Amino acid sequence: MSNGQSDRAIDVSGLGKRFGARWVLRGTTLAVRPGEVVGLMGQNGSGKSTILRIVATLLKPNAGTAQVNGLNVVRDATAVRAQVGYLAHTPGLYDDLTARENLKFAADMLGMPATVVDASLERVGLARVAHERVRGFSAGMERRLALARLFLRTPTVLLLDEPYSNLDAAGVELINSLIGGIVRTGGAALVALHELAPARGLIDRTLTLVEGRIDAARPNLVGAAAGVA
Amino acid sequence: MAWRDDWRRVRAIARKDLTTELRTKAGFNGVAALGVTILILLGLALGPDGAALRNAAVGAVWLATLFAGVLAFNRSFQVELESGALEPLLQYPGPRWTIFAGKLLGNLVFVTAMVAIVVAAGVVLFGVGIPATWPTLVGVIALGVVGLVVLGTFYASMSSRSRAREVLLPMLLFPMLVPVLLGATTASKALLGADLMHEAGAWIRLLAAYDLVFLIATFVAFEHVIES
Amino acid sequence: MPAPDRSLDARPARPPRTSPWMGVAAILVLAATQAYSISTSPAEGDMGHLQKIMYVHVPAAWMTFLAFFVVLVFSVKYLWKGREDDDLVAASAAEVGATLNGLTLVLGMIWGRPAWGVWWVWDARLTSTLVLFLIFAGYLALRAFVDDEQQRARWSAAVGAIGAINVPIVYMSVKWWRTLHQPPSSPATLDPAYTMGLRINAFALLFVMIFFIRKRYEIARLERAAEHAAEAAALGAP
Repeated sequence: MSNGQSDRAIDVSGLGKRFGARWVLRGTTLAVRPGEVVGLMGQNGSGKSTILRIVATLLKPNAGTAQVNGLNVVRDATAVRAQVGYLAHTPGLYDDLTARENLKFAADMLGMPATVVDASLERVGLARVAHERVRGFSAGMERRLALARLFLRTPTVLLLDEPYSNLDAAGVELINSLIGGIVRTGGAALVALHELAPARGLIDRTLTLVEGRIDAARPNLVGAAAGVA
Repeated sequence: MAWRDDWRRVRAIARKDLTTELRTKAGFNGVAALGVTILILLGLALGPDGAALRNAAVGAVWLATLFAGVLAFNRSFQVELESGALEPLLQYPGPRWTIFAGKLLGNLVFVTAMVAIVVAAGVVLFGVGIPATWPTLVGVIALGVVGLVVLGTFYASMSSRSRAREVLLPMLLFPMLVPVLLGATTASKALLGADLMHEAGAWIRLLAAYDLVFLIATFVAFEHVIES
Repeated sequence: MPAPDRSLDARPARPPRTSPWMGVAAILVLAATQAYSISTSPAEGDMGHLQKIMYVHVPAAWMTFLAFFVVLVFSVKYLWKGREDDDLVAASAAEVGATLNGLTLVLGMIWGRPAWGVWWVWDARLTSTLVLFLIFAGYLALRAFVDDEQQRARWSAAVGAIGAINVPIVYMSVKWWRTLHQPPSSPATLDPAYTMGLRINAFALLFVMIFFIRKRYEIARLERAAEHAAEAAALGAP
């Protein structure tokens, strides 16, 4: 059993995943060190979300292994879940509950004290609409509320799936402060990205997925674009 | 400590599901109205002879409960699927059985409320006299409802995520509920009559054993079926 | 870079092969035992030679229970170990069991028509066999309605195990429900002339069942082997 002192926050090896007859991942291998922020690039359908969902213990791979801080995502799923903060594509909120009730539910499920709920709402700027039902929220507000769930506690590994979509400049700032906060405490982040722009300055390196594999020819867009490190 | 956290999760899920139901109301009203409608249709099909109706009352109430109840179970997972909330739900730490227990608790309250309406409607529509043994009768209904909800919730966790879920759930659930249907109807009939054979006791034990066996079995199996 | 997972390449494509002779032998034994039982047993008082339908009906019912017991064992084993093969054995046994179950029901009805004057009576055994058939029809429907094979394997293992647990409960409840029922047809309550026939037929049908389950399993394995070959090609190609 690992005590979480592994030198790799995320370690993915030879990962294969198929849906029906279609192979989405075809032997993907990647690693993220503690304190590192890695951008995962690639076209729609290249397998970015699938990797994140496997590491988040939401999907089981057909082949290969994935580990978080040395814990196997299949065997030690419960322990992995306690360490991982995952932001999905869809906000995954309950429309008929208020913003505050949604967060209270998340706090209950995470085993966090109820006091963190209001602080988290404040942080994402939704304190004003805390008692309104999510059904009336705009896409941007829903994103912020989904994000607020990640502020309820401090995970050691962040998995963000296209976090910048539907967000204004202030929202982008929120995401970046979330990532920054995790990294400062020695955590790591794997961020699926459409474009690099909003995350520039925060991302240490990028990996590009092409047809379910890491494209070795384009190892680091950050280095190439910035010229100097 | 861990036990306290788990119980908190169970309550959170049940409270969330019931709050959603209370606020939308359409779901509960629809399901309860369907239950009563089935009773009325059965009354029309089997009546108007009063004696025949009284005889059929117990069976009619349980059939209405089964057919209306089956709609409730898919709904309870539908709430998660529609909003993409199942993934965050599965991503929370803590044992998976808490999710099942929470859903079970929510469905138990939902179906109990519906059954109360259906039974009241059955008593009125089918002209059933309330016997002196009514507390035992309530116990029989409760045991039947637990069996229905345990297996209904369990199978809905799969059928709601499959193709043709409207067909699959009753196909899986109804044959499994045969002992519940036989036990609940026979015991209820015995209690409504004189129960000269003292049949009710044996059926109540069977219902209790059924509930216990499948409560344990579904709790063990749920962890395997909820993953995607 | 960590080494890629080698277990992919090592996955064997070795489907088992059941000798066709086993099937031929099973059918021959079945035919021989039929000939033996029919020629040695006297015509029964009320039913005449129609009674001989029991030679297949009763063992088919026994084998149905046995097949569903196999489903239980391999479903639980799958949930325990997660081996794909166990899922395939459970599925094969369920298909064969459902077929034998259907055969039991049809033969029961054919026997019932002259015996009781109607095609169907709510007799305890017939009714519980029917409920059993519905439970396993649900199991097979679930398999047909779920596409992802890992999910299908897990779900059907759970449904198969829980369905099998219900078999004795269904049986007992239906028996209680029918307080007036036919005494069960087992060798103990039958004319000794029939007993031997029933027993050897049970063995003959057992062979047939084992052959069918193995053959069905073999086909399922071949299908999976083809899929695994596609998998290896997809993962291995540059």
